[in-house]
Amino acid sequence: MTPKHLVEAYGPRESMAYDVVVVGAGPAGLATAIRLKQLSAEKGHQLSVCVLEKGSEPGAHILSGAVMDPIAINELFPDWKQRGAPLNQPVRGDDVLVLSEKRATRMPDALSPRNFHNDGCYVVSLGAVVKWLGEQAEGLGVEIFPGFAAAEVLYSSGGAVVGVATGHLGLGKGGEPTEDFQLGMELHGKYTIFAEGARGHLGKQLIEKFALDEGRDPQSYALGIKELWEVPADKARPGLVVHTAGWPMDRSTYGGGFVYHLEGNHVTLGLVTGLDYKNPWLSPFEEMQRWKTHPAIRTHIEGGKRLGYGARAICAGGLLSLPKTVFPGGALVGCDAGYLNAARIKGSHAAIKSGMLCAEAAFEALAAGRSGDELSAYPIAFVGSWLHKELDQARNFKQWFKKGSTVGALMTGIEQWLLPQLGVKRPPWTIHGRTADHDCLRPASEMPQIAYPKPDGILTFDRLSSVFISSTNHEENQPAHLTLKDAAIPVAINLARFGGPESRYCPAGVYEFVKSDDGSDRLQINAQNCVHCKTCDIKDPTQNIVWVAPEGGGGPNYAGM
Amino acid sequence: MKILVAVKRVVDYNVKVRVKSDGTGVDIANVKMSMNPFDEIAVEEAVRLKEKGVATEVIVVSCGVAQCQETLRTAMAIGADRAILVDTAEELQPLAVAKLLKAIVEAEVPGLVMLGKQAIDDDCNQTGQMLAALLDRPQATFASKIELVEGHLLVTREIDGGMETLRLVLPAVVTADLRLNEPRYVTLPNIMKAKKKPLRTLKPADLGVDLTPRIKTLKVSEPPRRSAGIKVPDVATLVSKLKSEAKVI
Repeated sequence: MTPKHLVEAYGPRESMAYDVVVVGAGPAGLATAIRLKQLSAEKGHQLSVCVLEKGSEPGAHILSGAVMDPIAINELFPDWKQRGAPLNQPVRGDDVLVLSEKRATRMPDALSPRNFHNDGCYVVSLGAVVKWLGEQAEGLGVEIFPGFAAAEVLYSSGGAVVGVATGHLGLGKGGEPTEDFQLGMELHGKYTIFAEGARGHLGKQLIEKFALDEGRDPQSYALGIKELWEVPADKARPGLVVHTAGWPMDRSTYGGGFVYHLEGNHVTLGLVTGLDYKNPWLSPFEEMQRWKTHPAIRTHIEGGKRLGYGARAICAGGLLSLPKTVFPGGALVGCDAGYLNAARIKGSHAAIKSGMLCAEAAFEALAAGRSGDELSAYPIAFVGSWLHKELDQARNFKQWFKKGSTVGALMTGIEQWLLPQLGVKRPPWTIHGRTADHDCLRPASEMPQIAYPKPDGILTFDRLSSVFISSTNHEENQPAHLTLKDAAIPVAINLARFGGPESRYCPAGVYEFVKSDDGSDRLQINAQNCVHCKTCDIKDPTQNIVWVAPEGGGGPNYAGM
Repeated sequence: MKILVAVKRVVDYNVKVRVKSDGTGVDIANVKMSMNPFDEIAVEEAVRLKEKGVATEVIVVSCGVAQCQETLRTAMAIGADRAILVDTAEELQPLAVAKLLKAIVEAEVPGLVMLGKQAIDDDCNQTGQMLAALLDRPQATFASKIELVEGHLLVTREIDGGMETLRLVLPAVVTADLRLNEPRYVTLPNIMKAKKKPLRTLKPADLGVDLTPRIKTLKVSEPPRRSAGIKVPDVATLVSKLKSEAKVI
């Protein structure tokens, strides 16, 4: 039975009505909800706001570096310090390292482009910040529903978005109702704000339905794989921020590493791989593992213990890939639209700001008695904001890197170091990218295989022990939430032509090609391992894999990632 | 008949816990917390008894930090009618919890007290038993089935080699085992209703209970890591290794 049939058989669904329904309790969604409630209190105009979150609690699915620029949170809560926001560790030093296989060259501070400067920023666990934002939101009267995944967009007969429906609960593997079956619920909003993060599965549908990306460059993504370590006291250098370029990426692959020293003896580190990579033999997970063995990286964590692991796709396309963010009845905020600043390697400030701008537009509309129309004041306010200026200055960053790392580094130097020295803040040219990430893979036979070193269990690890410490869980008896449009394509195209890239790009070991009893190949999908990074939905060469929301509460349970 | 159910806020069962590097306990910073699964089963059973008309009211109690309110709200979303939080940041050992619960039982006079058989964080499996002893009431632990028959409570327990059925005189204390039931999914409307249900907060001093820990934790450490296995070429080598190295045959 499909979800639609279930509604026909067991429906109609119950519904609840709110002024604003927000999908996703991350920095963008919570900032939207918080700003709405702040305005409601300031202007004395009552309104109801709810936030749906597929994770078991706010922060459970949050994974980020993270160095946070406090510019947006200063605006949202000028008194965030008194409110106990977990921005505890100011950045104390910035190192930009260019790695070769054995060496590291530190870029002199005077030559380091402005986008790599992090003075005034904080090294944070974004998961902890989001948990705190959730508490602030609830304190202001926002209703947060963790453990409930938005599974379906609801439209009016006129085609405007009128809300979302949560997924059905208690379905068996084949989609049939079990004795615990609960029909999903409809949440109706005068406006529905989507804040699912990069490649949100509803955001993707909305972008397609309303052709929001028309005339924009295709969104460009990267996969960040991260670990959290506890290190010996003599290795801890709280506030140190290190970024690396070069090895282990080849010149045609976009990516880089980060090592951030948090407060206490905690170090968070990871490698980001551009999902426009060409070689299907490349494995972002194994690249990250071998990156840790570089002398300049291992020195930060040797003798320590790995505490956490996780992965998440990010939007890297920037301003030129940013879709139209509004449509009748709703809007996209944060990386559901794609506000991340890839040049500055941070997006949480942009997410918060976009949520605030959207909330201000939505509040004005609601106060004027409007509903279900386009919040056109939001994109207008964005164009006038510091966020637009920031993204505009960095708009060519990923586009240059699509031409290889040499061109990328050179042009970033020119745009972000040389021109500002000459008093030119905004690069006078604009570079467009035209190829979507999933079209970048070359056939496996044309590309060199990569021999990755075996994990040692001390510094480097395998996928399964990594997923284990992400505390990932999905109710076993439910339909797989990684769906195939055509079940024959994985073997016929992905395996035959591209050597089965999903078995390598998935950081959680969800996809395995195994032999059937008759000796033929088949794709086994271990959906229970899924950490909700969305890479398969992005990189699958024929876009045959579709990520849909599993039963609410499933997925990773990141602790302070 | 009123049913009183005690619930504990513990580290979520999906979380892989980690011992603090100084060996003083488990690191719970930023870790997801939720209701002890056995307590959730106890709440579900109490609510089912109410739905069957056996019970008239289900009261949930939790002892601990202010965030236990979330746990109590979850219990009320399952169907409990009201909640009591004994608010304290002190370390609570089973005896202290049993004493706090005793004071509440004396005030509320429920016909049945239910608890989970044990909490998944410390695995003590003591609070229910201690409470029954302090109250001097009949107890049935590890219940896998509960029925009220002619004013008595029939409790089935899974024991080595079969099932045991006890007949209890009420009021009594019962602790829930895994197979007693499968808790329902909480629904959004019920979460909303739960937010409006009464939740009373007390301090341990209001109940006149001394919480001083009687047991001192000396050290907490992780289990030793299992060393990697090896592959042997044939049965003969396996046998010789089992004899000479593993010394198991």
